[in-house]
Amino acid sequence: MKIAVCIKQVPTREWQPRVNEARTWIREQDASFELNEPDAYALEEALRLRERHGGEVVVCAAGPARVQPVIREALARGADRALHVQGDGLASADAAMVADALAAAMRDEGFDLVLTGLQSDDQGHGQTGVVLAERLGMAHSTIIMEVELQEGRGIRVKRELEGGWFQWVSLPLPAILTIQSGINQLRYATLKGIMAAKKKEIRVVPPPEGLEPTQEIVALTVPTKSKKTQLIAGSPADAAKELVRRLREEARVL
Amino acid sequence: MILVIAETRQGTVNRASWEAIAAAQALADGTPVRVVVLVAPGGSAAQELAAADVEQVVLVQHEMLAQYTPDAYVAVLQQVIEAAAPAFVVLPHTYQTRDFAPLLAARLRKPLITDVVAINGRGTAATFARPMFQGKLIAEVRPRGGAPAFISVQIGAFRADAARRGSGATVAPQAVTLEAGTIRQKPEAPFQEARQAVDLSQAERIVSVGRGIKAQEHVQLAERLAAALRAELAASRPICDSGWLPMDRQVGSSGQTVAPKLYVALGISGAIQHLVGMKGSRVIVAVNKDADAPIFEVADYGIVGDLFEVVPALVSELEKG
Repeated sequence: MKIAVCIKQVPTREWQPRVNEARTWIREQDASFELNEPDAYALEEALRLRERHGGEVVVCAAGPARVQPVIREALARGADRALHVQGDGLASADAAMVADALAAAMRDEGFDLVLTGLQSDDQGHGQTGVVLAERLGMAHSTIIMEVELQEGRGIRVKRELEGGWFQWVSLPLPAILTIQSGINQLRYATLKGIMAAKKKEIRVVPPPEGLEPTQEIVALTVPTKSKKTQLIAGSPADAAKELVRRLREEARVL
Repeated sequence: MILVIAETRQGTVNRASWEAIAAAQALADGTPVRVVVLVAPGGSAAQELAAADVEQVVLVQHEMLAQYTPDAYVAVLQQVIEAAAPAFVVLPHTYQTRDFAPLLAARLRKPLITDVVAINGRGTAATFARPMFQGKLIAEVRPRGGAPAFISVQIGAFRADAARRGSGATVAPQAVTLEAGTIRQKPEAPFQEARQAVDLSQAERIVSVGRGIKAQEHVQLAERLAAALRAELAASRPICDSGWLPMDRQVGSSGQTVAPKLYVALGISGAIQHLVGMKGSRVIVAVNKDADAPIFEVADYGIVGDLFEVVPALVSELEKG
């Protein structure tokens, strides 16, 4: 089975937000980047499917040259090769643009299954996988917790619904799934994997002509607090004492 | 005209649909609002929706809509939207919307702005606020690419009881064509994994742990605080994903929704998926190393510090009586 995994590079969780002067995007020079966590679960699921059923895992990413480290990391974890749609304009591209860029590069590969995280930790549109399904003409299902391959009859997947409910859905191949975080236990790259990744192919292709944004960021700001938080300072012992006092006397919840 | 896509659960309109109606009414600049609902033949969802102050409830009934599938929804809604030609289509940002709305917008090649928390201005002059970077920043966004623009509103961002009621909207059935062969997903009946052993929704006090607890052996620290507060123990999603606490203790969009008198969040950054499950709590306390963590946006009391120092201090303070 030929499996694609779409990954994205996003600012790290520890990154402190800074916006550019125009307040339309972040100050990228201040950010450090990592693999989007939901995509890490999609990659792990693809590697496990290959281990069970054989085939190939191809990592696909759209973004500027800076995304290469996360592509290498995915290769080090075990992906076979990579496809990088490279363009500076893709750094802040919306989901529809990313999907269009990926679709153009992925169309002729003839993938049986495409996996990606359910959303990205940067823009968080939660759309890329589903838009890609439309562009590639594949069936799709989202927020997936389990994948079963049914010999010759497509796949059966466990979708997460809200409030602790689930549902099994059968789909024909080729198909696109967005993977829920926590579906599996992640593996990390071994030294051997890191060495092997250096020799693996990363095919770099330009984005297609005529990509147009579907939405424009007019302003990017730090959110204003909806509540006035009383911050309690002091040593741990003093802060604890003061908090307990306020919970007893002010909030009356103890 | 603004079209709202309502959502039903077991035949009845869910609360999130009313929130979407409230958002559409806030967005409308004198233009009418319509609501569309997709159901199997029978039921009373359209009558429920007719109570809203809207121009019309568009009712689509079809046997193949008895079970939700994205392919059927997109095929039907494409016909409804092409007939109605709305300026905006408003949806609640539920898991179901996340499953079909990107496909629908992509098929029509129109913009979809998801997870909207506020609407500034009205009609085509409006901009839409949505969280980015895990809620660390808010983006004010304008759709590009022509009508309709699709807008999905975050659960809880608009109040269901703010949706204006009217004198009874007309229900207009719309016929659609739907071919079984075009529906690729074959869904089975929804189920719950196991009976929820713990009903956190009834708890008066909750102590909840997140990534900041770092390792399974530290969870007992939170347990000690829970015991001292006579509180139930809960967690954010990553903790349950790691198996450090059972899934039935998870608070958030994929777990339980709680509203206790006291909610103590330990090492929880406050991703929106968690916040929607607990922001209705009466008093929220957050202990977190990161002063910029979004949890402090909803907290009444906060301690910026190391939970491994603060929690033992809290326990000993409480045990003093």
